[in-house]
Amino acid sequence: MSLENRIAEIIVSRLNVKPEEVTDSANLKDDLGADSLDMVDLMMDLEDTFNLKISDEEGNTLQTVGSVVAFLKTKGIEA
Amino acid sequence: MSDKRVVITGLGVLSPIGNTTSEAWENAVNGKSGVSRISTLDPELFTSQVAGMVKDFDPAEVLDPKSARRNDRYTQFAMAAARQAWADSGLSEESIDPERVGVIIGSGVGGMETFETQHTIAMDRGPRRISSMFVPMMISNMAAGQVAIDLNAKGPNFATVTACASSSHAIASSVDAIHLGRAEVMVTGGSEAPITLMSVGGFCSMKALCTTFNDDPEKASRPFDKDRSGFVIAEGACILVLEELEHAEARGADIIAEIAGVGMSCDAHHITAPAPGGEGCARAMTMAMKDAGMTPGDVDYVNAHGTSTILNDINETSAIKAALGSHADEVLVSSTKSTHGHMLGATGAMEIMLSSLALKNGLVPPTSTLETPGEGCDLDYVPGTARKANIQCALSNSLGFGGHNVSIALRKYKGDS
Repeated sequence: MSLENRIAEIIVSRLNVKPEEVTDSANLKDDLGADSLDMVDLMMDLEDTFNLKISDEEGNTLQTVGSVVAFLKTKGIEA
Repeated sequence: MSDKRVVITGLGVLSPIGNTTSEAWENAVNGKSGVSRISTLDPELFTSQVAGMVKDFDPAEVLDPKSARRNDRYTQFAMAAARQAWADSGLSEESIDPERVGVIIGSGVGGMETFETQHTIAMDRGPRRISSMFVPMMISNMAAGQVAIDLNAKGPNFATVTACASSSHAIASSVDAIHLGRAEVMVTGGSEAPITLMSVGGFCSMKALCTTFNDDPEKASRPFDKDRSGFVIAEGACILVLEELEHAEARGADIIAEIAGVGMSCDAHHITAPAPGGEGCARAMTMAMKDAGMTPGDVDYVNAHGTSTILNDINETSAIKAALGSHADEVLVSSTKSTHGHMLGATGAMEIMLSSLALKNGLVPPTSTLETPGEGCDLDYVPGTARKANIQCALSNSLGFGGHNVSIALRKYKGDS
């Protein structure tokens, strides 16, 4: 499964959104309805799935689906 | 005391005996038990292996997937029951200002399942893995908060926590809120989801639960019977819509019954055992009658707390005798826990709902499982089958660990008679 698809799966499950809503440009809060509590748990989901640590500062920069994909790639995660 | 009067105009329920008011009423009246072998946990772990479970409830379907995920089971129950009650009341934002609608919902514990799940995560993987939703899902006031969001109810809002009297205190406080003019409509009752490892295990350790009918669950909850050995743990929610009488009549609401009086007291005796002779319970009953302008002779029906524990049933029997005097020999007494089990923080609301329907329908639900009354249990407990009776006034008792006693006085709505 591609990195994009794995991330999309996590977002769909955590935010109870439809897969087709999870586009590259979708904003996690404004478009996908995440509140601050969802964001904390979403970061934990990503940390658990990809076995990495996301600092609060890093987490705050992750606003869109695309930014999550790009961030994970900078951490050397490809799939 | 204000001259306002408070009536019930909406009912909603999720319970072991049904997920609609009509189903729960039919089963209570017909003595159809909702108690079965525990199926959501391994029953072999416990000395008491029976429970009253809510069946056929898919929160993602009844609510929505996101509400289901972000709320503990106890809050899911409360939301589902509150939606039913609100719909049943026929109220809408056109007929009531949201700022005049309050919510008070009791729970003995709140989100126990959430607490246990997250505690396990914290022990296994450290406290940094505790979900951000842990606190909001666990806290025992979140049912009241979520129901308010759901119904856009912007008036007084809080939770009551008095163990098995929680929802009766919620209803009592809601009656007060209407009398004091703080709201015209109150959405109130209780919710509990205690079929969890720690709750069932904890009550087993107290030796409070029935352990002698593991192979015959439907007979396990047997209030006032000589073979009773403890209560049957149960889950669910019951929500009532209370409304100021004139407001309800002006909009042509379907009025189920009047909540005519409230009594409350404390044993100040022991953390779990009732005071000798049920004197605290008796004082609550007397206070409720006085508040309602009733005399003992007016009371036709007592919906007893009747838990099926040795101590409760004998002491509550004494309390009824103390409060009603010689009239205790004539009054009808029943415990509907014989069918739905002990829904803890939701049980008072459940029983007040059934009492209101008993008044409306002129039919007293039975103590369905009672075969041979135990020593000292010598009132008319309406054993086995429901009884038709033109009852006008009822008392519903709820007693909680901590010595908390509540008695709610109900009166048949005169528009019905």
